[in-house]
Amino acid sequence: MLLWLIVGWVGFCLVPWYGVEDGFFSFVWLFEGYPFDSDYAPALFLLFQGEKTWLLPLVLFLLGPLQAMAKPRSDPAHARLLIIYGALGFGWLIAQGFAIGISGWQFGWLESLFGPLGDRQFGMGYGAMLVASAFLFVFTQGIAARGAVNGDIFVVGAIGFIIAIVTVFVFYPILSMLSSAFITQDNAYSISVFFEKFTDKRLWGLACLSGGRCGAAWNSLVLAILVGALTTILGLIFALVVTRTGFRFKRGLRAMTVLPIITPPFVIGLAIILLFGLSGSVTQFVADVFGIAPTRWIYGMPGVLIAQILAFTPIAFLVLIGVVEGVSPSMEEAAQTLRASKWDTFRTVSLPLMRPGIANAFLLGFIESMADFGNPLVLGGNFDVLSTEIFFAIVGAQYDQGRAAILALVLLAFTLAAFYAQRFWLGKKSYTTMTGKGDSGVHPHLPKRLAIPVFAIAGVWTIFTATIYVMIFYGSVVELWGVNNALTFKHYLTAFSLKMGENGLLWTGSAWDSFWTTLQIAAISAPLTAAVGLVTAYLLTRQKFAGKNAFEFGTMLSFAIPGTVIGVSYILAFNVPPIEITGTGIILVVSFIFRNMPVGVRAGIASMSQLDKSLDESSLTLGANSWQTFLHVILPLLKPAILAALVYSFVRAMTAISAVIFLVSAEYNMATSYIIGRVENNDYGLAIAYSTTLIMVMLAAVGLLQILVGRTNVGRRLDQSRTNVTAHTKPIG
Amino acid sequence: MNTINKTVVALVTALAASTSMASAAKLTFYCSAQEDWCQSMARGFEEATGIDVNMTRKSSGETFAQIKAEGANPKGDVWWGGTGDPHLQAAEEGLTEPYVSPMRGELNDWAISQAQSAGDKTIGIYSGALGYGYNEDLLKAAGLPEPKCWKDLTKPEYKGHVQMANPNSSGTAYTTLATMVQLFGEEGGFDYMKALHKNINQYTKSGSAPIKAAGRGENTIGIVFMHDAVKQAVSGFPIKVVAPCEGTGYEIGSMSIIKGARHMDEAKQFYDWALTHDAQSRALDVKAYQVPSNKAAKTSPSAPDLSSIKLIDYDFSKYGSSAERKRLLKKWDDEVSTLPQ
Repeated sequence: MLLWLIVGWVGFCLVPWYGVEDGFFSFVWLFEGYPFDSDYAPALFLLFQGEKTWLLPLVLFLLGPLQAMAKPRSDPAHARLLIIYGALGFGWLIAQGFAIGISGWQFGWLESLFGPLGDRQFGMGYGAMLVASAFLFVFTQGIAARGAVNGDIFVVGAIGFIIAIVTVFVFYPILSMLSSAFITQDNAYSISVFFEKFTDKRLWGLACLSGGRCGAAWNSLVLAILVGALTTILGLIFALVVTRTGFRFKRGLRAMTVLPIITPPFVIGLAIILLFGLSGSVTQFVADVFGIAPTRWIYGMPGVLIAQILAFTPIAFLVLIGVVEGVSPSMEEAAQTLRASKWDTFRTVSLPLMRPGIANAFLLGFIESMADFGNPLVLGGNFDVLSTEIFFAIVGAQYDQGRAAILALVLLAFTLAAFYAQRFWLGKKSYTTMTGKGDSGVHPHLPKRLAIPVFAIAGVWTIFTATIYVMIFYGSVVELWGVNNALTFKHYLTAFSLKMGENGLLWTGSAWDSFWTTLQIAAISAPLTAAVGLVTAYLLTRQKFAGKNAFEFGTMLSFAIPGTVIGVSYILAFNVPPIEITGTGIILVVSFIFRNMPVGVRAGIASMSQLDKSLDESSLTLGANSWQTFLHVILPLLKPAILAALVYSFVRAMTAISAVIFLVSAEYNMATSYIIGRVENNDYGLAIAYSTTLIMVMLAAVGLLQILVGRTNVGRRLDQSRTNVTAHTKPIG
Repeated sequence: MNTINKTVVALVTALAASTSMASAAKLTFYCSAQEDWCQSMARGFEEATGIDVNMTRKSSGETFAQIKAEGANPKGDVWWGGTGDPHLQAAEEGLTEPYVSPMRGELNDWAISQAQSAGDKTIGIYSGALGYGYNEDLLKAAGLPEPKCWKDLTKPEYKGHVQMANPNSSGTAYTTLATMVQLFGEEGGFDYMKALHKNINQYTKSGSAPIKAAGRGENTIGIVFMHDAVKQAVSGFPIKVVAPCEGTGYEIGSMSIIKGARHMDEAKQFYDWALTHDAQSRALDVKAYQVPSNKAAKTSPSAPDLSSIKLIDYDFSKYGSSAERKRLLKKWDDEVSTLPQ
């Protein structure tokens, strides 16, 4: 309590209130007139100089909680005062931020009410941020003191924090963007504009049933269902091979399934064209041997489908592996003891227990396919999907933000439907398989009749993936892909050359700048993403509070919306005060956190729904608070989910393109946008060489993460980790 | 003690000096040409003036979307490169600043007339004629005659061999549509587009994609700007460039100063510099085959020679306006794209 008040006062009295143009952490502001220069002054100094007088009420709201602290916690007035001052302070901060912008009053009615304002303000800085968080936590502590969630300060604070950041960085930008669906050319609101654009036949046409072209909405829907189903099946197959067979090259297989998610966009598409395109090597081979005339069959749904399955199966795999491992062997053994055959056991015990994983994997595949942009762009042919249509509604020959917003709404509606279908399918059954009791035994191997097709499919797919990657590597070491096949390393040299200069090493390669930026941003955003995602998952599975469903959907929102829409909505929302972060690295980090957080949430939910609540309860009964329970009981059991979230967010931060393309700036250029520039310029060799390098870097990073996450449990707590519960605690069970 | 004090003072002054210098001469430069050309312009301007350039490269559509989104609080100073239509649109929506450069005397007439039609809010820096290119190997393999005119492309034997971009998503394809309307009249132009539609194997999203596909052997004929086709040929792909016999339209790559630019003086300095023949000759170093707007700038022998191509009198103010664009695109959507192929 006192801590947050101190934070608030520090933010108010010491830290610059407004954003610092040259970057806060350069600390240049310390030498340039701080604390009196109005650009760098903390709020207190601004007030002493008679500036920004609208910040004055904040003093009162920051003093108020002291009054509450004078009263005992049990006194209802204590809670009431905290809630009132927290809410007033937070509300006032937001209200003044929106009311007063770079050109004075932001709303006409305020100006007519108070007269013109001779002052203005820029985006809020770290001072304002500290004060805002102080108010937020004062408020949540008030709520907790009133007895919400059993008076649990950590849980209430966490809920408040997640709601606040999701509102600011997801709801606010997206809603402001989507509202443009109802805006006409001359900025008036109109429902009819919405319906006119909504009923467009380019969106809902069904002509493909009679030989024409179908609307983008149907195309996207069919494609997403297929991709969701097929990636889930393939992901499950790989998970079964890794966990339930005597397969010897598990590590190799794991690496192989991870490859596609660490592949920058466009590269898989290009490789598929080089194999199956009109002049592709496979096509030419088939034409020569069987005399089948080459066609352009790959352009359209088949190509996009293949590329997306290649790209998204690993995500399904990452979600499913934790769940498949988590199914309790003792239940399976119980079934077998009761004379069920291996096949019956699998069908009636193992498979139903995997349902949360299957449902979540399908949902992720569905959403990924809906929002995917790179593959349809390269391979789509005349097969239009929503994500590309949205992109070109914004950057195309006709700037039509309204149309983009409507397409985004349709896409969102599909996602919402899939989300509820998944909830409905899971129902209210319990999938808990991991309890505090010891669980002995090992997973049975797959029944024969399942093992053979599983191996066959996994094998074929692995060979296919391997071929694609060999092609990609080959493409990076030839002069000009498809035309001049002389081997060369010049693409790598152009991108990553080093020279010894007078002052040490010189990074002369053209790719270094974007490479280091990308690495830095990915490294910052990955742990933050995983943390936010897992805490959210914990709240969703373990706590009961009002509005939980809406909260859950809100956390999925930014993932379901294509990056393009996020990118544009971020520019619209965060280019003007109160939050002005375009052109900084922060906006990239923030967009990654909120775009990739849902994977952490999904993986966390899938794993946590397998953990018996009695684990938490016993920890709580033994006197631990919920934060300690989360840290020492839940977290160690979530290793696979943590790894999935970390790996995914790191990798996505390095390979994302559609949102990033709007958010990169001169100082913060990302690898992918650099690669796209090269592809546009025909430098396929350089683009692929850069991509190959990124793949290698990410492989190393994934390996490192695996070691790091694995090692956190070495030591005393190893005894409690799940793998060991399974292996060593037989006598107790 | 004394030395420490001195060092601190020196450090602080150095820091202060360096930051104040940095904030004094800076330029945020939005570039919509190819990456290396953008780099060359940014570095060239830095060398010529000592002003620090922050360059961001995005396609012209993306840059337009960004400038529009940033309208309330502009971040960029000058926007250089990219086809003229989005520049004209930005001018129409008041996102850019009028400026009359003292360099105008050295420019070609088409650059000046474009500037005047936009109320001096944009100016031509290069131009490129529309045309098409074909993959010689594929054409030979399919036993097809060499196309020479626009009308050739509608012949039935080219069915499934022609690619162009979707005019809804690509400025290049919109230029094609507007060119046909100006070349054959509105009815004739749309009849042409309908006939062409039967032969199209794919409407790509991006403007230069058809010729890149042709370069890789994924497509036979691509309708694009000729300098894009030349680039493919020079890169080593078996591409032949065609200037259609009926005459053709063209684009004017443009430059605009963003309204409310934070570094207005530097932006104008860049504007003047970018119109000099020295700056425009830089195109050659990066294999850009557009025709420069400065009469004295050097051109490449591989570049399409605009004087030998029959150019139509392209009406930029009419076909660059939002209303006409919307009307033509809607008509194309309703009457052409829905036809069976």
